[in-house]
Formats: sequence, C-alpha cells, structure tokens
Amino acid sequence: MAISITLNNREETFDTDLLNIDQLLKMKNYTFKMMVVKINGKLVKRPQYAEAQIKEGDDVMILHLISGG
Amino acid sequence: MHFEEIKKVLQTKTIGIAGCGGLGSNCAVALARTGVGKLIIADFDVVEESNLNRQYYFQHQIGHKKVESLKANIKLINPNAQVEAHHIRLDETSIVKIYKNCDVVVEAFDTSEMKLLIIETMAEGLPNKPLVLGVGMAGWGDNNSIKCRNHEHLYICGDEEKEITEDLPPLAPRVGIVANMQANTVLEILLGSV
Repeated sequence: MAISITLNNREETFDTDLLNIDQLLKMKNYTFKMMVVKINGKLVKRPQYAEAQIKEGDDVMILHLISGG
Repeated sequence: MHFEEIKKVLQTKTIGIAGCGGLGSNCAVALARTGVGKLIIADFDVVEESNLNRQYYFQHQIGHKKVESLKANIKLINPNAQVEAHHIRLDETSIVKIYKNCDVVVEAFDTSEMKLLIIETMAEGLPNKPLVLGVGMAGWGDNNSIKCRNHEHLYICGDEEKEITEDLPPLAPRVGIVANMQANTVLEILLGSV
C-alpha cells in the first residue's frame, strides 16, 4: 500500500500503510528543532506528532522556523 | 490601478507589525510609503548601534525605544500614516489583543521561538487573519534562494534555510529584500494580484 499526499504544495507518495507526522519527518530526514506542521490547514503541535495520522489526499505543510529578522 | 486609487484602498487598511527590528522597521516604512492608513507596531527593545547595519533607525536614536523611533521616522516620510506604538514584549495574550482588528499581520521577530509563538497564537486566537512570515535571510548574495509561498492564511517569505550565525550575520540587503517582500505580500493580499 502507498499513501499519496500534498507536502508543501508538491505531490508525494510514501510506501506505507499508515503515516503519522513522526514517521513522515523520519522518511523525509527532517530533523528541525523548531517547526510548524499543518494537516489540511489545521495546526498540529509537537506532542501530537505521533498520534496525528496522515490520510490519502491530505494537504500537509511543514515549515522549518529559523532565527533572523 | 493608478497610485491614487491604490492609496484610497490602502488608506482604509490596518496592518500589524510584530517586532521592529530589521524586518519590521523596513516593512513598516515600505507600507507607510505606499499609503497604508494605519500601522500597529510592537517591540520591547531600544535602538542599539549594532542595529544600524540593517534597521530603519539613525545614530541619534541609539538608546531610544524602537517603537517611538520608528513612529517618528514613519511620520517624517508620511505624516498621514497613523501609527499605534506598543512598547511591550508580545505574548499569547497581547498578540490577540493588539492585532485583533488588523487586516493583515506581519511577523517580524528575530527568534524562531517567537515566530512559532505568533503562528500558534494566531492559529487559535485569530484563525482567519493573514499572517506574513519572514523565514531565512542571513548572510549575503544568493538572491534566487529568496522566495514566497502561501498556505491558506500563512504566507512565508525568505530562503527558509539560512539561520543567523557568527559567520552568517543579518545584513541590510537580504533582510531588506525579505522585509520588502513581506510588504509586497501585504499589498497583494489587500489589492489582489496584478
């Protein structure tokens, strides 16, 4: 089974049956300290990364926050 | 749209600027020049000499509150612009209170912790309000890495990559590019695409 999602406005497919935020970050090798994650426009906070399931067709935004301004 | 028509639309708008450093001071000035009716600015800091490499302040303002200095500078450029200045360290409560009547909010903090705070706070307290972020502008050169993307009410300007370090300081050109890109994004939200 595979799950196709929109990640940061780009179509991506992952070879897995179940996908949560923690797994997605691992698959993408994202190791950001500060970040913002939204699934279908809804903010997901860090404590919920393991339980926040991503489904086929979901729109996911991951933003790496870095200092400077 | 002629400039007079643009100013007529912008005159009725209120923009929140959260932080008055490199991003906030330059973005506020660009919006005031264009004719935005009201700017609500907030910052807890005073002007330091080290700020003058990129922030819209002058030698004689060193030691003065940033919000008062920025207000004075904006008034010198556009006396018609209303400026509401808050000398305050923004937090979850004050962000919602100060910016609740704004058409658009510009995030102009320096730390990633504060950037996260305003994103999370507005997602809960001001969920439909456009928020324009500045993310990644350290160093120099590499013009083409600076871009803007949009995700619902969130607009992200910057290279999303270059963090400030000792070898990669914030400098006027790249900070100014992102600050003006944020101002340009505000105009696009208010006026629509060209």
